[in-house]
Amino acid sequence: MPKAKDVLLDPLVDNNPIALQILGICSALAVTTKMETSVVMSIAVIAVTAFSNLAVSAIRQFIPSSIRIIVQMTVIASLVIVVDQILKAYLFDISKQLSVFVGLIITNCIVMGRAEGFAMKNNPFLSFLDGIGNGLGYGLVLLFVAFFRELFGSGTLFGIQIMPDAYTNNGLMLLPPSAFFLIGFLIWIIRAIKPAQIEEA
Amino acid sequence: MLETHLSIFMKAVFVENLALSFFLGMCTFLAISKNVKTAIQLGMAVIVIEAITVPANQVIYSWFLKKGAMGWVNDLGVSTGSIDFSTVDLTFLGFISYIGVIAAMVQILEMFLDKYIPALYNTLGIFLPLITVNCAILGASLFMQERNYNFGESITYGVGCGIGWALAIAALAGIREKMKYSDVPPPLRGLGITFITVGLMALAFMSFSGIQL
Repeated sequence: MPKAKDVLLDPLVDNNPIALQILGICSALAVTTKMETSVVMSIAVIAVTAFSNLAVSAIRQFIPSSIRIIVQMTVIASLVIVVDQILKAYLFDISKQLSVFVGLIITNCIVMGRAEGFAMKNNPFLSFLDGIGNGLGYGLVLLFVAFFRELFGSGTLFGIQIMPDAYTNNGLMLLPPSAFFLIGFLIWIIRAIKPAQIEEA
Repeated sequence: MLETHLSIFMKAVFVENLALSFFLGMCTFLAISKNVKTAIQLGMAVIVIEAITVPANQVIYSWFLKKGAMGWVNDLGVSTGSIDFSTVDLTFLGFISYIGVIAAMVQILEMFLDKYIPALYNTLGIFLPLITVNCAILGASLFMQERNYNFGESITYGVGCGIGWALAIAALAGIREKMKYSDVPPPLRGLGITFITVGLMALAFMSFSGIQL
C-alpha cells in the first residue's frame, strides 16, 4: 500500500511525468510562451487528472477490462468539456489563447496513463492524490519552461516588465524550438543531480 | 480552388508541421523514433487515420454540432415538438464526438485491414490502437473546426497533416540512428538529447515559415 505523502510528492522530481515517464509533452509546450497561460493550463490539467483518477478509481470494480479504454476516455472527455466551458465563461481571453490545447488535454497521455496505471489499481483517495501529484509535476515543468521563455522572450513575467529597457528581447525564445531546448536542458539538470535516472545508451 | 488546396497542403506539411511547430503527437514521436523502419510504418498509419478522421469530423461538425447546423431537421417534416433545430448550438459536444469518431475509426480500420489486407495489418498492427491517443489526430480535427475548413479542404488538410507528421518522425528516426555512434554526456543520453535534436529540427523547419502560396 503506497503512502499518501509519497503518492503526492513522488511525481514532482523523482518520477516526473514529463522528464522521466515521457508523458504529456504533446499538448503542453505550445502554451508556455507566457506564464499566465501556463498557470491556467497547469490548473486545468491538475483538475482533470485528479478528478478523472477519482472517478475511474471509484468505478474500477465495475469496468469490464475489455472496454476500459473507452470508459476512461469518456470520463476524461466529459471532464475536459467542463473545464473548457468554465474557461470560456470566466477567462475568455486566455481560453482563446489556449485555443485547441484545452481540448487536447483529452489525449494528454498523463491523464490517460495515470487512470490506466494507477487509478485502476488503487482506492479513490490515493488516486485523487496521485492525480494532483502528477498534475503538479507537469505544472512544474510547464512553469519552468514558461518562466525562461517569457522572461527572455518578452522581458516580462505575468505581463509585468522585469528586464531593464536596455535588454533586447530574444525572439527565438517565443518560437517552438526554444521549448524543446529548455526541456532538454531541464532533463539534463535533473539527471545530473539524480544519476539513477540516466538511460542506457 | 486548386490554389487554396495547394496552400493548405503545403502549410500543413511544412509551415505548420503538427509535430514540430505545434508539439502534437510528441509522446509517440519521441517513443517510437528509434529506427527508421518502424517510424515510417507508424507515419503511414497516421496518414491513413488523419485522411479519414478529419473529413469525418468535418461532416459531423458541419451537419450536427455547428450553431444552426441542425436546420435540416426542420425540413424533414417530422414533428419536432417545440424545438427549433435551426438555433441549436452543440459545439460544446465537439471534444467527445471527435474522440469517439477517432476511436471508432481506428477500430474499424483495424478490423478492415485484418480481414482484407492482412500484410498491411501485420506491419501496422501494434501501432494502430496507439494512434487513438495520439494528439496529432485530435489536434488536426480541432484545427479543422477552428479554421472552418469545408469538406474538400478538410481532406487536403488531413492528408497534409499526416504526411507532415510522418516526414518529421522519419527524419528524427534517421538522425537518432546516426546518433547511436556519438558520445553523448551520460545525463543527456536518451530523452535529453532527443529533445535538443527535435529543437534543432524545428529550427530548420522554421525556414519554411516565410512561404506564401
